[in-house]
Amino acid sequence: MQIGLVHYLTVAAILFTLGTFGIFLNRKNVIIILMSIELMLLAVNINFVAFSAFLNDMTGQAFAMFVLTVAAAEAAIGLAILVVYFRNRGTIRVEDINMMKG
Amino acid sequence: MAIAVVFLPLLAALVAGFFGRALGDRGSQVVTCGAVLLSAALAIALFFSRIIPAHGPQIVEISHWIDSGGVHVDWALRLDTLSGVMLVTVTVVSAMVHIYSIGYMAEDRSIPRFMAYLSWFTFFMLILVTADNFVQLFFGWEGVGLLSYLLIGFWYDRGSADAAAIKAFVVNRVGDFGFALGIFTVFVTFGALDFDTVFAKAPQAVGLSLHFLGWQVPALTLATILLFVGAMGKSAQIGLHTWLPDAMEGPTPVSALIHAATMVTAGVFMVARLSPLFEYAPEALAVVGVIGGTTAMFAASIGMAQNDIKRVIAYSTCSQLGYMFFGAAVSAYSAAMFHLFTHAFFKALLFLASGSVIHAMSGEQDMRRMGGLWRKIPMTYAVMWVGSLSLAGIPPFSGYYSKDTILAAAWASGTAVGRYAFCLGIIGAFMTAFYSWRLLFMTFHGKPRADAETMHHVHESPWVMLFPLFFLALGALAAGYFTEPYFVGPLRDAFWKVSIFVLPAHNPLPRIEGGPAIIGFLPLIVALLGIAIAYLFYIAAPNLPTMLAARFRALYLFILNKWYFDELYDLLFVRSAFGLGYGLWKSGDGLVIDGLGPDGVAATARELSREASQVQTGYLYHYAFVMLIALVALVAWLLFSR
Repeated sequence: MQIGLVHYLTVAAILFTLGTFGIFLNRKNVIIILMSIELMLLAVNINFVAFSAFLNDMTGQAFAMFVLTVAAAEAAIGLAILVVYFRNRGTIRVEDINMMKG
Repeated sequence: MAIAVVFLPLLAALVAGFFGRALGDRGSQVVTCGAVLLSAALAIALFFSRIIPAHGPQIVEISHWIDSGGVHVDWALRLDTLSGVMLVTVTVVSAMVHIYSIGYMAEDRSIPRFMAYLSWFTFFMLILVTADNFVQLFFGWEGVGLLSYLLIGFWYDRGSADAAAIKAFVVNRVGDFGFALGIFTVFVTFGALDFDTVFAKAPQAVGLSLHFLGWQVPALTLATILLFVGAMGKSAQIGLHTWLPDAMEGPTPVSALIHAATMVTAGVFMVARLSPLFEYAPEALAVVGVIGGTTAMFAASIGMAQNDIKRVIAYSTCSQLGYMFFGAAVSAYSAAMFHLFTHAFFKALLFLASGSVIHAMSGEQDMRRMGGLWRKIPMTYAVMWVGSLSLAGIPPFSGYYSKDTILAAAWASGTAVGRYAFCLGIIGAFMTAFYSWRLLFMTFHGKPRADAETMHHVHESPWVMLFPLFFLALGALAAGYFTEPYFVGPLRDAFWKVSIFVLPAHNPLPRIEGGPAIIGFLPLIVALLGIAIAYLFYIAAPNLPTMLAARFRALYLFILNKWYFDELYDLLFVRSAFGLGYGLWKSGDGLVIDGLGPDGVAATARELSREASQVQTGYLYHYAFVMLIALVALVAWLLFSR
């Protein structure tokens, strides 16, 4: 069986959906939301790389590198915010983070 | 000089009012008394040097005031005999009251304010009497009303004084409403507001009528009756009199100056000033006569049963004003003005003397707790006698000449109204003598009914209070005798010149001589009878009044409760006004405006926004979910819409 473009895209779509549901169905803590975002970014990266190989265009792979860099920075900042938030509020449970409740 | 007479008191009022704190009590007393005394001296000089020699009215222009469309109004002082008499009376009585106030108000906390108000009142009164047009008359009229309000409520920390001040103001508004409507009617009828033009056109206005809501109303009668409604309010005639007795809450000098000698007589002055209009409106004069005659008797009857010394004199004032009005109503304007002039002296005297009694009794006003004072305050006692003799009309005191002339003129007029007023006037004269001597006997004779502490403190007033009393007593004693030939006697035409207008057919004064002799003596007889009965009741047989009061209990209660006028008004107007106000507050304001108006809209918006904000859960994943759903929907729409 030839592994083709459609297989890569299917994996990426499954990963993206997992990430999305990870955000919505998660009631535990914010770290899981951050991890889910990473997952969605990786799914996008798989799309980039797959299309790059399929189209013989290196731009997509270069862009995947950028996305990885930004994702790393984002994870660092997100975790830093989380630490500070925990110091202030004493919790990172998603259910307790509702200060914007009207 | 005329301008100085009128504006000196204003100047003094401004100085004492604004710089009273810097001047101190003594300074403001000096400023106001000095200015008003100077004004009185100038008024007398003006009267003899300029008003008496002149042939007609002299107008002193001050400035333009209103020049709008058909309305032309100037500030101007009209000097003729009528305003001259008033100028002298007002300034002299005012000066005496100013001096008296130094002694009477010595213990008060706000002397500069009091003195400023007195001077300010004097200014407005002078503007009123020298007015050359209806608008200026109205300006002075409202000004004295304002000062009356301020001075009745001078002791504003007393609830009763505030209530009395508000009552005076509101009742006067009723009269002033009529007065303003009268001025409008005059303007509609004549197209002018200055006296000269209006008076000149008055004869042509007879028979003119106005259309009002489909009615044909005789213009002149309507105008004069409406103007008289204003006079009724200010001069406390029956119906609009209820404020005057309550006004006695003010300090006694105020009662003497405003509520006896000057302001309340403004209505009489106004009728005399507008004699060229009233003469052509006989129906209006009949109304004036009936109201005046009724008041003369009605107020005197109430005076017989009151126990507050100042209220007795207040009802007496009310009654005497009734005499003046029916005097004017039978076209004896000069007699009315004569009575106004003498009344100013003896009534101010009675008030100031009663103030002296109150001062001596440490603030007690109830005659039932006085008695036996005459040895302790002999000089007050003496001047009180002079005032009472004058009030009762015993010759040769001033009141005799003026009151007798009015009564004789009422009889001589021969009209039904004149006869009606004469009969009530005679009954009133009897009552006047009775309550005057009742007051004298209850206050000064018999056994002291006050407690020993108060009696021990009874003292004669200081000279600063006694001097005005003596001066006014002199007026009450002799003013009538010396001025009678000019006011109503043979020299009257040369004296009044054109300031008072009487149609020759109406004039009752020349006919007085022809009447039966008994008419001339009747007032004196009933006055002596009144004195005798008062003596019987309060000296010879002190148990008699109580017995009679028990025997005729209904009648006694009727006059003791002032003919139930206050209760009637309370029922008719005060309650309904309160009910209307309460209803509007609860249903109009509470239900409609707050329920449906601004507050209702605000409440609805608050409710809606509260529900809208429920959407904001605050959970991050809800927001993200909504974003995703929206994104999916948007993409789906883009994909499938084409």
